[in-house]
Amino acid sequence: MGDGALLLDVEDLAVEFHVGGRLLGLGGGARRLRAVNGVNLSLRAGECLGLVGESGCGKSTVALAILGLVPRTRGVISIDGMSIGAEASIDRRRLARTVQMVFQDPYASLNPRQTVRRTLADPLRLHGVTNGGEVEDRVADMLARVGLTADHADRYPHEFSGGQRQRIGIARALILRPRLVICDEPVSALDVSIRAQIINLLLELKESLGLSYIMISHDLGVVEHMSDRVAVMYLGKIIETGDWRAIFERPGHPYTRGLIAAIPDAFAPPGIAADKVRGEIPSPFDPPDGCAFHPRCPIATDKCRTMPGPQLRRLADTHDVSCWLAS
Amino acid sequence: MKLRANLIIGGSLFLIAVAAGVLAPWIAHTDPVMDANLRLAEEPPGREFWFGTDAQGRDIYSRVVHGARISLTVGIFAQLINSVIGIALGLSAGYWGGWWDDLVTGLTNLLLAIPSLIFALAIMAILGPGLTSLLIALGLTNWSFTCRLARASALSLKSQGYVQASKVLGYGDIRIMLTQLLPNMLGPLIVIATLGMGATILAEAALSFLGLGIRPPYPSWGSMLSEARDQITTAPWLSVFPGLAIFLTVLGLNLLGDGLRDILDPQSRSRRA
Amino acid sequence: MTLLAVEDLRIDLGTGDDRHVAVDKVSFEIARGETFGLVGESGCGKSITALAIMGLLQRPLAIGGGSIRFEGRAIENLSADELRRLRGKRLAMIFQEPMTALNPLLPVGRQIAEMFVLHEGAGWRDAERRAIDVLARVRVPAPERRARDFPHQLSGGMRQRVMIAIALACSPDLLIADEPTTALDVTVQSEIVDLMRELCAANGTAILMISHDLGLVASMCRTVGVMYAGRLVEVRSSTDVFKAPAHPYTCGLIGSLPRLGSRAALGRQRLQEISGVVPSIADFPAGCRFHPRCERMTSVCGVEEPAVTMLGEGGLVRCHHHG
Repeated sequence: MGDGALLLDVEDLAVEFHVGGRLLGLGGGARRLRAVNGVNLSLRAGECLGLVGESGCGKSTVALAILGLVPRTRGVISIDGMSIGAEASIDRRRLARTVQMVFQDPYASLNPRQTVRRTLADPLRLHGVTNGGEVEDRVADMLARVGLTADHADRYPHEFSGGQRQRIGIARALILRPRLVICDEPVSALDVSIRAQIINLLLELKESLGLSYIMISHDLGVVEHMSDRVAVMYLGKIIETGDWRAIFERPGHPYTRGLIAAIPDAFAPPGIAADKVRGEIPSPFDPPDGCAFHPRCPIATDKCRTMPGPQLRRLADTHDVSCWLAS
Repeated sequence: MKLRANLIIGGSLFLIAVAAGVLAPWIAHTDPVMDANLRLAEEPPGREFWFGTDAQGRDIYSRVVHGARISLTVGIFAQLINSVIGIALGLSAGYWGGWWDDLVTGLTNLLLAIPSLIFALAIMAILGPGLTSLLIALGLTNWSFTCRLARASALSLKSQGYVQASKVLGYGDIRIMLTQLLPNMLGPLIVIATLGMGATILAEAALSFLGLGIRPPYPSWGSMLSEARDQITTAPWLSVFPGLAIFLTVLGLNLLGDGLRDILDPQSRSRRA
Repeated sequence: MTLLAVEDLRIDLGTGDDRHVAVDKVSFEIARGETFGLVGESGCGKSITALAIMGLLQRPLAIGGGSIRFEGRAIENLSADELRRLRGKRLAMIFQEPMTALNPLLPVGRQIAEMFVLHEGAGWRDAERRAIDVLARVRVPAPERRARDFPHQLSGGMRQRVMIAIALACSPDLLIADEPTTALDVTVQSEIVDLMRELCAANGTAILMISHDLGLVASMCRTVGVMYAGRLVEVRSSTDVFKAPAHPYTCGLIGSLPRLGSRAALGRQRLQEISGVVPSIADFPAGCRFHPRCERMTSVCGVEEPAVTMLGEGGLVRCHHHG
């Protein structure tokens, strides 16, 4: 777990959007949204990295940037030896065979006009698998791996339940045998009693196919269960990163402590006296000065309010925190 | 139920018109252009000439039936051109956005500001009358509504998970537009195309009536109406039958379009308890 | 004293040949000032139970049997006028998505003030002043300014606070909250829950909390009712429901959720799965509705509906093989 070679390396990733006010490039009034503001990430083969945060933190945007679905303002991404600088164009086909994604909403992530078979077979043909027999075999194999049967292949998405659709989505993500799979809230839209099935499935597939995951979720329980390492994001920055145990047992950043404290009592781990976080998440259009968290931080000092945001500093072995007050 | 009636009646009317056009050489009684007998001019409808004869003594029934060929050919093919242009521009504009979208939207707005019939008129004046010119004129001037619709559909569909998934799987843009977006947008586009065919048939009739489309002696319904102008009171059957043909065909297409819309887009139906 | 008593409630979907029973034999009681939670997944009927209590069911849903007593008085058959007098003043409800529940065209202060004008006959000026007080009580910063904002100018958490303000403005006896925090971020959710608890305790308002989140409900409510496919399968105190769940569905739910701290304590365990899918209303199984997915199933489960078994401390369970 996590002792493989470096699979993903993200350096100083920034993604900015301009929202509003644009007609043929003229017209002002455009506001700048720094969705991702200088993020460094790395992932080793076989590892599962949990990416946690609330709305506006940028975790989904990081995923989209790694997949090449949104343009980057800044930053270098290298995946499995392929370097994708901001200028170089992405070879989409090659990227597709390395990184894939499982989407959040099983009801919107399958083409309603395609059978399951076509959804799984087309990508294979697109990527050069021309032998009809091989296509059939790989489709059948993948269906079995996700717990579906051969006669599911010729049905349409609307004939399936949410959990089954998510299985199909997972099959589609794995059909090209990628090395890294980004799971964006894979169980949030599912009924509670189905979630365990999908979480167990994802963990089994990780073992049997030797995958690496980036697991994006706002649900700390799921993240703790699945991740080897965890990164916590707030307003476009990573504010804490470390081994799962370190993050959940010895959280260094007041926001991380606040997230854990916010979990309803019945599930809270015993023995962590944490300060709850007050207030609302600020708008990403207008982040606070100084440390972005200070308006909600129970222990903020003047330094936090005035000095530009702290960098990630090593707190302990592979445990980094960006807080002036972490020791 | 109401929507079924739309489909059945509309579909039947349209199919009858198409059948008439296709089978014209076999079901017409005479040659629509050549068989003229001045001695039998302006005969009222009777046993021999079902719809009567016109000022040149030609059988109106045969002319109406052959006219179906021409009017429907123009109607269907001009609409086809409209749809192809509209979908191509709208889909790509919605999907790609940016300067291309701005350009297409600007062009569409420009086109919408010009009354399409006048525009078609102008083109016909330049190209001269005839079937090809008609197809060009009508095909190039009526795509804006389809374009708007295709663009709106593309905009709303492109953020769906499966479209993003296709990108992630390495699909190129054109493939995504054709295999992921287009099949999911077809419903409303088919409805628009059906209704549009009615409009194009009417436009052709108008242009031919004005002498700019199909010129006499060729029997398009519009040109037949044009020829019958002077005899409206004395020999009304010269205008009634071609007029009825236009009316019923376009009515059929409109009903068919409504019926299709009810099937393909159930949300547009008014809510029932 | 019992504030709300629901007895043998049945809610039907559709009429005639097309009729399905969405909610069946649901009975529970809420005392004054008590907190009661209804937990279940999509399609279990918890939301329509709440709507039935408020008298908000619309065709094709309708109450098909049973009774709902508010302060001893049957309310399931009240006229629209009488219901309106109850709602807002004695019975209040807040919903999951405040953006659709608030009027987008009116400033929020005015929407709160409306409550005072409608139910207490106050004048507008007085009502608007009191609205600002209420906003302060739900901890909206700078309430005088916020009162003039429109709903779309506020964040999700703020809007939910406004909803709570409107609901609690006239100090109702019962607040029904239908998934009030599901659409909110976790830190905001925690604050809203604390706020609800505090305000209701201060006013003596009872809460009926509806959610799919068992942990949330258990942390907030004294008593928890678990619904599955239209039936109430277990009612327990919130401590008991975690310590010793009786119904296999509840056991499955608890066992299937990854709990913070369990991996550190026990290592990564395979999550307990509940096989199968939640049945749709047209396909409710015969006998015990959970039996196709239940590991304790025996032949009687498919044939006979389990009767209610009373457990200690006011708990009850419906199962042939309860734990």
